[in-house]
Amino acid sequence: MYDVAIIGAGVVGAMISRTLARYNLKICVIEKSNDVATGATKANSAIVHAGFDAPVGTLKAKLNVKGSKMMEDIARELGVKYKKNGSLVIGFCEEDLNEIKKLYKRGIENGVENLSILGKEEINKLEPNLAENVLYALYAPTGAIICPYELAIAALGNAMDNGVGFIRNFEVKSIKKFDGFFTITNGEKEIKTKYIVNSAGLYADNIAKMVGDNSFEIHPRRGEYILFDKECRGIVKQTIFRTPTKMGKGILLTPTVDENILLGPTSVDISDKENKSTTAEGFFHIISQGRENLPSLPLNKNITSFCGLRAVGDKGDFIINSFENNFINVAGIESPGLSASPAIAEMVKDILIENGLSMTLKENFNPIRKSMSYFADASIEEKNQIIKKDNSFGKIICRCEKITLGEILEAIRTNPKPYDLDGVKRRTRSQMGRCQGGFCSPYIVDILAEELNIPYIEVTKSGKNSVINIKKLKEVNGNG
Amino acid sequence: MDNFDIVIIGGGPAGMAAAITAHQEGIENLLIIERDDSLGGILRQCIHNGFGLHKFKEELTGPEYALKYEKKVKELNIPYILNTMVTDISEDKTITATSSERGIFQIKAKSIILAMGCRERAKGALNIAGSRPAGIYSAGTAQKFVNMKGYLPGKDIVILGSGDIGLIMARRMTLEGAKVHAVCEIMPYSGGLARNIQQCLKDFDIPLKLSHTVIEIHGKERVEGVTIAKVDEKRNPIPETKEYIPCDTLLLSVGLIPENELSKGAGIKLSNATSGAVVDQKRQTSVEGIFACGNVLHVHDLVDYVSDEGEIAGKSAAEYVLNSKTRNESLIKIETDGKIRYTVPQYITEKENTKIYFRVDNIYNNKKIILRSNSNIKTFKKQKLLPGEMETITVPLEFLDAESIYIGLEDL
Repeated sequence: MYDVAIIGAGVVGAMISRTLARYNLKICVIEKSNDVATGATKANSAIVHAGFDAPVGTLKAKLNVKGSKMMEDIARELGVKYKKNGSLVIGFCEEDLNEIKKLYKRGIENGVENLSILGKEEINKLEPNLAENVLYALYAPTGAIICPYELAIAALGNAMDNGVGFIRNFEVKSIKKFDGFFTITNGEKEIKTKYIVNSAGLYADNIAKMVGDNSFEIHPRRGEYILFDKECRGIVKQTIFRTPTKMGKGILLTPTVDENILLGPTSVDISDKENKSTTAEGFFHIISQGRENLPSLPLNKNITSFCGLRAVGDKGDFIINSFENNFINVAGIESPGLSASPAIAEMVKDILIENGLSMTLKENFNPIRKSMSYFADASIEEKNQIIKKDNSFGKIICRCEKITLGEILEAIRTNPKPYDLDGVKRRTRSQMGRCQGGFCSPYIVDILAEELNIPYIEVTKSGKNSVINIKKLKEVNGNG
Repeated sequence: MDNFDIVIIGGGPAGMAAAITAHQEGIENLLIIERDDSLGGILRQCIHNGFGLHKFKEELTGPEYALKYEKKVKELNIPYILNTMVTDISEDKTITATSSERGIFQIKAKSIILAMGCRERAKGALNIAGSRPAGIYSAGTAQKFVNMKGYLPGKDIVILGSGDIGLIMARRMTLEGAKVHAVCEIMPYSGGLARNIQQCLKDFDIPLKLSHTVIEIHGKERVEGVTIAKVDEKRNPIPETKEYIPCDTLLLSVGLIPENELSKGAGIKLSNATSGAVVDQKRQTSVEGIFACGNVLHVHDLVDYVSDEGEIAGKSAAEYVLNSKTRNESLIKIETDGKIRYTVPQYITEKENTKIYFRVDNIYNNKKIILRSNSNIKTFKKQKLLPGEMETITVPLEFLDAESIYIGLEDL
């Protein structure tokens, strides 16, 4: 019997699991796919918002500002890359300036620190490549960037290191309520738990309905992105937002913590929660707005494009509440969900305490997780020390990102272990460079097969039927 | 720090040819650095035949062609190290590399020959709409799975792009029992060799759909199908021509890009047309003493020409080291009309016999190639010129008394 079962291993579920892992509780995280961070967490803008966006008094505003202040310390404990690069909301005309003034005022009321409104000259100093006709900007030096799936992997990994269980490929089919506990089933197996935290993202409404809570609906909103080669590093340094209009927030342009440049997202409501397709219209929209902001946008340097689905609730704000005491909803966590996630986790903990879950602090909780990029970030001397101890760190597997066999093996052996190519990708950045795995994926299939002790042919891209090869042809002599 | 006269980066056909020639010219203190676990480069996975027709007047498979050079390298005791990846080259010719055995180390060279080859353009660069399931591979990756690993990546295939590797893989997958439903080429002509279109597609009744592209990928876990469409002159898809093809695999053969990340680090000037270094007839780059050859310089369609170019670079590097020869700065520019997409070399620095390699930008029938400098004019008749097939002409010595020479196409 678990004390708490968290349904959904996105960044929100992962952060909640880590917060609760500090206490003497029996906890599991249940995930329908083959890995942590495979929903909205793996495909979003990767930004820790300063907090001037959300209307005053909303949960979004409160938790964004609080979460964004907590994020730097958490990132340090978890060894996650975090950079306070600042953000600019740019304006082209008087009308935009009025909006910028409104955002400034709202930011102050939300408690965002050090906001200022810049004129053309100051903007030029910060971002010389922006379009000539950018005249005004709201500058938020507390805006930051982080890698959302790196954060989720690290948070869940740290929670697991502190005793939390991770149950994957478990798609919740029904939940039954008994006196003082629930049973959760996928049709084959059952999990018993006293409390449920529903952080199931796009499916949070489906999960809530299983216990009779019909109070909200979640629908998917498509967000498409284009990612540029690291060669483009420096074309912008802060995160560049457009002034929001009635048509939405518009296309942003930002460096990532891994030094790529990210452009997007579109914002289109759709109905299919599984449809992560990019569209020709989306690309057109992203590129044309991107060019308006940054005329020198190097379109021939884009290395990939992708689509994420935001889990949009029907209440206009995050839906964080309890249903019948032991069932906590954490739903509708769209932007600024990533920024707010540390504060959301605290709030969920408080609700659980309020609702009667008694918890005592663990004496031996270890908040520290080794950085996934410690080798890449090491000096040449340090790297050579590591290679001397384990020479697999001298063998480069991914040529583009220069990721070594040692780093891949270590990722495969570290909580939460990746079971597929995409899992290795998100932990190591192998296959993420300009060749997008063309050279290294056949080698990584080898490594995964050996480490997981499964046949080569069973290695998948992202679990289930996403097989890489369909048939073994014959024994091949050689060492390819 | 170890010092070498010449360090060759890459042990594929270009690097091996360069090393052998440099050695034959009298350089013994040289080193080939190869990142894979064997010499041979991409030829190792090219098990089809057709290699060596020009160079050896016989039809070899890729591994056989490579082995000829590998044997020679070993016979001459040319030093090489494997499983070693060069991660940086500086302008002063310090090379940083990594291997399991030596860790991260630096060596210094008097001259460097770049022979790192090329990579395939990835799907990301194409922005194809739709989902991102398993089952999308570049043709070379599929070739590696089939030929090196012994696994079939799919059974119902659509190929986007008609580059040579895509054509070769159409045949290869068919021979392994897969069905190739179509090869879509966005251009009105194929970028592959005419002989590959015949032998790999026509002989197997595989349809080549010119002026067609894939506009959407379908499938959640594994590819379930693609939507293709005809494109207009501006390469925009024509909606009425949309067609859905069920398949489990999409192979991409949409171009090769010289791998010049190291060259950029060394401050070498690159050409927009070739994505390789700008070189003179010695294959010397803008950084004195650094030479380039093979697919890292410009993408070749025949390995025979890669070897030729390796030999030129090897000879030039040896000459540079032995004669401490500095570059002759008086140069002759090679100018072209737009129909000639690029030439290699891009300029000439000495009056010596020079062969110019070039590609055209479209299919041309019944043309003459005009070579002109000052009042000298020479023409070469050509029945057919194809973008997929590299052409060569030799510039007579008397044409080199000029500041520039011009190469263009005219009607016969």
